[in-house]
Amino acid sequence: MQIQIRVPEVGESVQEAVLAEWYRRDGDFVRKGDPLFAIETDKVTLEVSAEADGVLKILIREGATVAIGSVVGILEAAAEMGEVLKPHGPAREEREAEPVAGTPESTRASDPGKLPAISGEEAPESPPALGKEPGRERPSVRELPPSAERLVAEKGIDVSKILGTGPGGRVTRGDVLLFLEESAGAEAMERMAGERRPPGRPALQEAPEEALAGSPKGAGAVSGAEVHRPQEAVRRQPMSRIRLRIAERLLEARQNTAMLTTFNEIDMSRVQAARIRFKEAFLKKYGVSPGIMSFFIKAAIVALKEFPEVNASIDGRDIVYHDYYHIGIAVGAERGLVVPVIRHADRLGFAEIEKAIKDFAAKIGRNLLELSDIEGGTFTITNGGVYGSLMSTPILNTPQSGILGMHKIEDRPVAVDGQIVIRPMMYVALSYDHRLIDGREAVKFLKRIKECVENPERIVMEI
Amino acid sequence: MTPGKRFDLIVVGAGPGGYKACLRAVQLGMKVACVEKDPLPGGVCLNVGCIPSKALLDSSEYYQQMRTGFAEHGILADSVKLNLQAMMARKERVVEGLGENVRKLMESAGVECIRGAARLRGGNSIEVRSPASGSKSPAAAILEAGGILLATGSEPIPLPVLPYDGMKVVDSTGALNFQTVPEHLVIVGGGAIGLELGSVWKRLGARVTVVEMMPVITAGLDGQVSRTLERILTKQGFTFHLSAMVAGAALSPGGVRVSIRQNGREEAIECDRLLIAVGRRPFTRGLGVESVGVELDSRTGHVLVDTRYRTSVPTIYAVGDLIAGPALAHKASAEGVAAVECMAGISSEVNYDAIPSIVYTSPEAASVGWTEERLKERGIHYRAGICPLSGTARARCMGETDGFVKVIAHAGTDRLLGAHIIAARASDMISECVLAMELNAPSEAIARAVHGHPTFSEAVREAAAAVRKRSGHTA
Repeated sequence: MQIQIRVPEVGESVQEAVLAEWYRRDGDFVRKGDPLFAIETDKVTLEVSAEADGVLKILIREGATVAIGSVVGILEAAAEMGEVLKPHGPAREEREAEPVAGTPESTRASDPGKLPAISGEEAPESPPALGKEPGRERPSVRELPPSAERLVAEKGIDVSKILGTGPGGRVTRGDVLLFLEESAGAEAMERMAGERRPPGRPALQEAPEEALAGSPKGAGAVSGAEVHRPQEAVRRQPMSRIRLRIAERLLEARQNTAMLTTFNEIDMSRVQAARIRFKEAFLKKYGVSPGIMSFFIKAAIVALKEFPEVNASIDGRDIVYHDYYHIGIAVGAERGLVVPVIRHADRLGFAEIEKAIKDFAAKIGRNLLELSDIEGGTFTITNGGVYGSLMSTPILNTPQSGILGMHKIEDRPVAVDGQIVIRPMMYVALSYDHRLIDGREAVKFLKRIKECVENPERIVMEI
Repeated sequence: MTPGKRFDLIVVGAGPGGYKACLRAVQLGMKVACVEKDPLPGGVCLNVGCIPSKALLDSSEYYQQMRTGFAEHGILADSVKLNLQAMMARKERVVEGLGENVRKLMESAGVECIRGAARLRGGNSIEVRSPASGSKSPAAAILEAGGILLATGSEPIPLPVLPYDGMKVVDSTGALNFQTVPEHLVIVGGGAIGLELGSVWKRLGARVTVVEMMPVITAGLDGQVSRTLERILTKQGFTFHLSAMVAGAALSPGGVRVSIRQNGREEAIECDRLLIAVGRRPFTRGLGVESVGVELDSRTGHVLVDTRYRTSVPTIYAVGDLIAGPALAHKASAEGVAAVECMAGISSEVNYDAIPSIVYTSPEAASVGWTEERLKERGIHYRAGICPLSGTARARCMGETDGFVKVIAHAGTDRLLGAHIIAARASDMISECVLAMELNAPSEAIARAVHGHPTFSEAVREAAAAVRKRSGHTA
């Protein structure tokens, strides 16, 4: 008898889950109640147990995304314990009343005629190749024990490089651990010692949209039995926690808001001139260079004050207005996008803002960012310009209602007072939640930023 | 031919690998038969190995203590006499008692115990020849099963130049049954078996000479442990000939004349008893493994198995001394259980990184995991911490201050890689290191765990604490 193993319901809103781990191997005999596999959703991890005794046939591999209710494996209910001892080799569908255990498949069963237990067909003509053991060979010492196998798969290690110290020279779990400890050198050791410091420096980052574009939505959703396809180099690894969270947040923003983007362009000549002119004095006095980000934050605050909806968020049927200005700055770190928040940015001077950004970058570099550093933003600015982005449509950092996208500064010919002149120009984009912000306000908001950056004295005068 | 009795599993051999496998199989719901050629279960370990040797080691240790050790404690005995027959009889009682226990355990679990020698007929069938003597059961019976587990163990390797005669030239079994204390016992092989049996007869009054091919005794143990043990045993009166080969041996009127070649010189040693303890080899004779296609390692004679302990015949499994790895009872037991679990589809394996090995000399030597020598050889970065027992309060109270504890951890992660102990109670002290290795724990975990005071185990803690005080070693 065959029993289908299905992904159970885990909650109303959950449509699919990741098959995180098979606890048992294909061909294993399992008993009713034995945990078979674990599924993970964004909220819960759930173990699924066997509903009956039987031999497990795995249809869907670990790591695959599975729909609720879909079949991931089959239990061949075994008639007797003797069934268990059948060779795990090619599945032969002979069901006999007397479950005489398997035919020896040894390549040199020398006196088969004298084997009384063998029934019926003696040598199965070449069995279907889907079995994992096409013909039994000499037990190899290259085969790994399950614990070592798991570790090797998890870390993607080339086993041939590991010297085995187990019986007969077989590689043990300890050998794999030692290999990792030794070969990865200091870096791996530190990581194993406590996940303290991923290397690499962060940089101010572009629109988070790119993160979504790169997320393997389609590729991840493998379902159904293993499809036959040519051997291409594919590596599969579970997403990190932070990557999962980013993916979840961005998708949520796409699905739950009425997002729209408006564009404008800014002549950066006055900001650039001011920065060049006061660079040394500024650096000398404050210890940081004058950046463009502080101008944009200041300009954004002028505009936010004028258009409070952009600084607000929707909560159910209410609009929550924020009478403070916590500005998030999207930063691309080694492990993923983070958005540290500059609190009460309206109360800070240019130098204080630049310093705050510099401090965050340092914190991210050493992985010291705390939850309180990234919570509570009311508006976000993202600068894809540092990577050379000419134009993008940022995704909202929900529940915020607006996000400003900055881009690269480029000398472009523009018409000023009827003359073609070369000016350092930047395209800017404002993505906004159209549910709360009308097009007119959004356009005027972005235009106000443009005006403030083009004429920085407006920032001082707050007009 | 009429088919015989059917089982889910037939286990061949009731030693530590076989009987543990039987009991686990029963727990998992299998119908199990166990075939054993000897009258009592327990295998070499229980009948002619670990157990009788430890019984004699403990008895002889008391004798030795009473003669020389107790005076220091103010206990004086005028005339201490040895009754070897009584000592041997006690050993037999210990063995029989434990053997009976195992037999009852198996029978009450419902394992069908069948006496006789097994021969494979196929992947699912064996023939059992019962001992001929007056037995009413048929001389040969056929048993069938879904699976067969081979656990027939190993036998001592003989010396090519001089076969065992059971009297003057003996293996470990013979050396457990001397009826008189030898005058001069020469032991070929400086491993655990040779040193333990040598210790027994040394304490009971024999002159003991050990001839070892390698430059150290207990080869494979941590070098510092080997050297320390050699020093201590020499102090106890052992004579060691290291890097020495047995060039020839012949029976002589007085006993045996052994000629050894050492540093290019030949030397003849006269002795009344010669113990050959050069190692053990897998015992597959008469089992018919080749005839059914079970493949062996042509070099060592070990049965080849995969990680589930399946041989090249998929319904035949093998564990213990029959397969590669250290010939240790506890390794066999662990494999027996794992093999049966694999048959039942439970993902199971033996952690070969953390198998302790113990030499029951006085003091004992116990070890688990990597030695410093092998780590250096492989260029692995490690740190070692050492604590001599002379600083351990309990050891001083007992007057057992010989020895030390060495704990080795990875230089980068502090994960415990090995532990090596010489101490009166090393056999029990090693367990916490085995557990730590099983858990991939850092040496700091041992150092931070609170240890009872005063205990021998405090030395383990001190050694672990010393690991991080020391600078890293590199090859």
